Amino acid sequence: MLAELFEYKFIVNSLLAGILASISCGIIGTYIVTRRMVFLSGGITHASFGGIGIGYYFGFNPVIAAAIFAVFSALGIEFLSKKTDVREDSVIGILWSLGMAIGIIFVFITPGYAPNLMTYLFGSILTVSTLDIILMAIVSVVIILIFIFFYHTILFVAYDQEFAQTHKLPVNFINNLLISLVALTIVLNIKVVGIILVISLLTIPQSIANLFTNEFKNIIIISIVIGLIGALMGLLISYQINIPSGASIIFSLVIFFILAKMFQIIKHKILLKINA
Amino acid sequence: MKKLVELKSVYAGYNDEVILTDVSLDIYDNDFIGIIGPNGGGKTTLLKVILGLIKPYKGTVKFYTNDTHKRNKIGYLPQFNKIDQKFPIKVIDIVLSGLIFGNKLFFKYSKSDYTKACDTLKRIGISNLKDYPVGALSGGQLQKVLLARALISSPRLLILDEPNTYVDNQFEGELYKILEELNNEMAIIIVSHDIGTIASYIKTIACVNRSLHYHKSNKITEAQLASYNCPIKLITHGEVPHTVLSKHNH
Repeated sequence: MLAELFEYKFIVNSLLAGILASISCGIIGTYIVTRRMVFLSGGITHASFGGIGIGYYFGFNPVIAAAIFAVFSALGIEFLSKKTDVREDSVIGILWSLGMAIGIIFVFITPGYAPNLMTYLFGSILTVSTLDIILMAIVSVVIILIFIFFYHTILFVAYDQEFAQTHKLPVNFINNLLISLVALTIVLNIKVVGIILVISLLTIPQSIANLFTNEFKNIIIISIVIGLIGALMGLLISYQINIPSGASIIFSLVIFFILAKMFQIIKHKILLKINA
Repeated sequence: MKKLVELKSVYAGYNDEVILTDVSLDIYDNDFIGIIGPNGGGKTTLLKVILGLIKPYKGTVKFYTNDTHKRNKIGYLPQFNKIDQKFPIKVIDIVLSGLIFGNKLFFKYSKSDYTKACDTLKRIGISNLKDYPVGALSGGQLQKVLLARALISSPRLLILDEPNTYVDNQFEGELYKILEELNNEMAIIIVSHDIGTIASYIKTIACVNRSLHYHKSNKITEAQLASYNCPIKLITHGEVPHTVLSKHNH
């Protein structure tokens, strides 16, 4: 059965998308979770819908339009919350809904029916195009290189910005670079699981990994592996019982999380018994 | 005595609100200054000005560090409630981060950096915590790790922002002993809400309440504090027996 599956290009593409998604989300998600930027990331995700709408209306690639839109909203949130005295979470809330509103307006005024719209909201790993794969691969490679070469600087700015500032580290540059990578990662993974679900790819593997390790590097590695298993399992379930792939990937990940948590509790109880 | 830092009629604050007005202060190489003052009086603002985290609206901050050997200017121990205690990082990595400087993105540790980090941990008496994740540490242990991070670069000036909050008396005693020793090598500035316990270790007292009054002794009376416009109660906590404050003269 599996051999025959690989003959279809869309199956190969969706497998590649799953691998690339687990790499980029594994690394960037670890940054998001440890910096407690989950809400910010949710804001960027939804704001990017504005870019998708604009892309639709003007007839260019919605993913690229969304990427540009997301990076600017991310930098905008950084700037507004730092330079003005508006609360950061309020800024996020405003941009979150503004982006969605722009998206809805542009999709509405676009003549004709927008058949792929649901793809962006709920994701469809099976319709990932070769261009999507190329973009995802580029971003993944960039992220890997940046995290390999700048690892210590990124880690210390993330851990204690003020201290990093007293040591004259390029704190603003690092923050802006990373927030842009967060935006790009989110947008390029929207095709895989959709706007509504993408945040889970950035948080569930990390939460599982964090049960077993307390080191930034290890969280990244374990998250990538867990993300990969989740994506493959989700795809298989989606194919077998014919349900949307995005939802089945998230479902697999949540089941892993529950199993991991149960494993940890049982292990704890056994250890207590041995010691007692 | 060599002058390290000179603040000249500094005005500073946040968001266009002036908190510190006309503050001048000279810091010398063997100083041990205790900064006291009411909350919101500008203690942390003063530290941030010295650390270069905020630029003064008016006035100058000047460093006199023309020595040839490579030493960091300032070691900083922030208030530890500002630090995320769930961040996945090991003790040794936190200490090593004290060696990263300058406008660089790429950084790699040498073997001697690692040895230095181990030595610094040993000096503070927490070698056993080397590979602990930060989440497993107690408040006092984390303070010591942060102190090691501040010390690893052998700074000329050590700045501690309320290192004695949320820690037990035993830790406080240990901390002051370490600081007393360190004072032979560097100037120390310590912010404390509890002047009673630090009084016997510090050499001078700076009262900060919008403006700064420098008291060149570690003995101070409530009457003097009042005249400095620095309404602080002189109390000691628990059993730490280091109160050397003068009583009222009436």
